[in-house]
Amino acid sequence: MTRTFLALLARDLRVLRSTFPVFVIRVVMQPLLLVFVFTYVFPKIGQAIGGSGSTTSFSTVLIAGVVALSIIFQGIQGVALNLVQEFGYTKEIEDRVLAPLPIWAVAAEKVVAAALQGLVAAAVVFPVAAFVPATPVHLSVDWPVLVTLAPLAALCAGALGLAIGTLIPPQQVALIFAIIVLPLTFLGAIYYPWQALHPIAWLQYLVLVNPLVYMSEGFRAALTAGVPHMALLWVYLAVVGFGALLWAIGLWGFRRRVLS
Amino acid sequence: MTPAEEVVRAEQLTKVFRTPGPRRAGRPPGAGRPDGPSSDGLVAVDHLDLQVRRGEIFGLLGPNGAGKSTTIGILTTRVLPTSGRALVAGVDVVRSPARVKRHIGVVSQTNTLDRSLSVSDNLYYHGRYFGLGRREAARRAEELLERFRLADRANAPVLSLSGGMAQRLMVARAVLHEPEVLFLDEPTAGLDPQSRLALWDLVRDLHARGQTVLLTTHYMEEADQLCERLAIIDHGRILAQDTPAALKRTLGDRSEIRLALAGDAQQAASLVKGVLASGDAEVVALDGTVRCFVRDAGSVLPTVVAEASRAGTVTNVTVEEPTLESVFIRLTGRDLRE
Ligand SMILES: Nc1ncnc2c1ncn2[C@@H]1O[C@H](COP(=O)(O)OP(=O)(O)OP(=O)(O)O)[C@@H](O)[C@H]1O
Ligand SMILES: [Mg+2]
Repeated sequence: MTRTFLALLARDLRVLRSTFPVFVIRVVMQPLLLVFVFTYVFPKIGQAIGGSGSTTSFSTVLIAGVVALSIIFQGIQGVALNLVQEFGYTKEIEDRVLAPLPIWAVAAEKVVAAALQGLVAAAVVFPVAAFVPATPVHLSVDWPVLVTLAPLAALCAGALGLAIGTLIPPQQVALIFAIIVLPLTFLGAIYYPWQALHPIAWLQYLVLVNPLVYMSEGFRAALTAGVPHMALLWVYLAVVGFGALLWAIGLWGFRRRVLS
Repeated sequence: MTPAEEVVRAEQLTKVFRTPGPRRAGRPPGAGRPDGPSSDGLVAVDHLDLQVRRGEIFGLLGPNGAGKSTTIGILTTRVLPTSGRALVAGVDVVRSPARVKRHIGVVSQTNTLDRSLSVSDNLYYHGRYFGLGRREAARRAEELLERFRLADRANAPVLSLSGGMAQRLMVARAVLHEPEVLFLDEPTAGLDPQSRLALWDLVRDLHARGQTVLLTTHYMEEADQLCERLAIIDHGRILAQDTPAALKRTLGDRSEIRLALAGDAQQAASLVKGVLASGDAEVVALDGTVRCFVRDAGSVLPTVVAEASRAGTVTNVTVEEPTLESVFIRLTGRDLRE
């Protein structure tokens, strides 16, 4: 079974390799643009951002959010969009469903493949952050937190991708962006620490249903010093909890799609 | 027959689809069966019993919507039966699907080739899924490409293959891991006659190497040419099961008189029935034709034509040896074509 699982993974990596330029664009574009606009263009044109904080700390605040966002995006792009297509228009996933392992393991492989892409995407943020911003980014890495949180967040994002990919009917891919990607990203505590939402209490509590909030906060804890962040206990509990919930939903959806 | 020879076994296999699926002719549950399920749904497979023996080519012959794909789906672990039991290579398909998958090769009715991979990678990775090492997977992929005459397309994208080539590649992929049973769901549907013959040859070749094959078809020639034994299936039920020759013998030494008619075929059929005194003659009206299964066709032919003419103008008359299609028509009153 392990061999089969690894072979499925090898297949996905093979496909990634053969579409390598696409993968690079997918992984690099988003952090590059975000970092470029917010931490290069805005300071240069004197656009004030980040409320009371200085522009320097805004760059620093943003990086953690961009890492979280990159991971989430790979979950959605790497699994969800693929699955929507494979279930909707082509039946090609069938060959992998007929591979000699349980259905849950076929679904798990998709999640792991997305998680690996998420980790690559997260790693790409660092060189971007080192070279692009006009104002310096002050990172202070808490390694134990980073190396435990990053894989957990990546798996959680993969599970989110699985859930979306199996639940959204192919005719409604556009919905993914309107009802999932946009709220997820704009209300994901990417551009500001969660605490900064304090003046809008209802929103501060509403965004707690967004897993991205916990990831951004967690990466803020892992990467920066002196920026407020949520207690790590909540971060880990939420990332694992959301991951488990999304995995359960995704597996249910996957079964429903491949078994009748 | 000892159990050891038996590679596929289905007992009272039943599948009721709860959700209204693609609309096609199906039976409402419980129709003609007082003990049938009472909730709403569509009975796609209805108490089906089946045994496939090692090394044989077994066919499921039936019209569209008969339940062929659903039966294959259950046997290949992708459809969960509502009731009944199925064993493949001695393993229960519901209890141990992952183990069953190790023993089966499947060619589905639709193209399920991996479009992100090249022709040879479709085979190579399939081999890897089944636990073959790199070398062995590559060796078998190469050998099969050669045998299935796809070697010159090895690095092409699968979307560039013709229908016949894609189908050959699907079969090659399905046998790469040397399964105990090969399932072919309508393997030649939609193929041109030449590709169909080529695929028949491939299947015969696999059979000669000892491969057990379970195939479905709605082409009676295919069932006749290829299968050693076959089951005629309609509305999810097996109506008859035997060798093609034996099934044709159920018509006895009767042959089929086929009258094409400009007029009321139904009325013509009942008129003809009235004059054919012999007890085992059978008459069916079908799509504006009248089919009579009679002994000694030559001597009754003038009477049949004369009688039918009273209901309309007879435009064509043929007399044929019985075919599997005649068997099907006699069993169901319908023909195999959609
Ligand atoms: N997933 C599904 N949900 C609901 N109904 C279904 C589903 N799959 C098949 N059916 C119905 O079950 C019946 C049997 O279908 P099946 O595909 O097994 O027939 P078939 O013999 O393979 O036909 P064909 O020759 O057209 O392939 C049909 O009435 C079909 O509409
Ligand atoms: Mg079918």
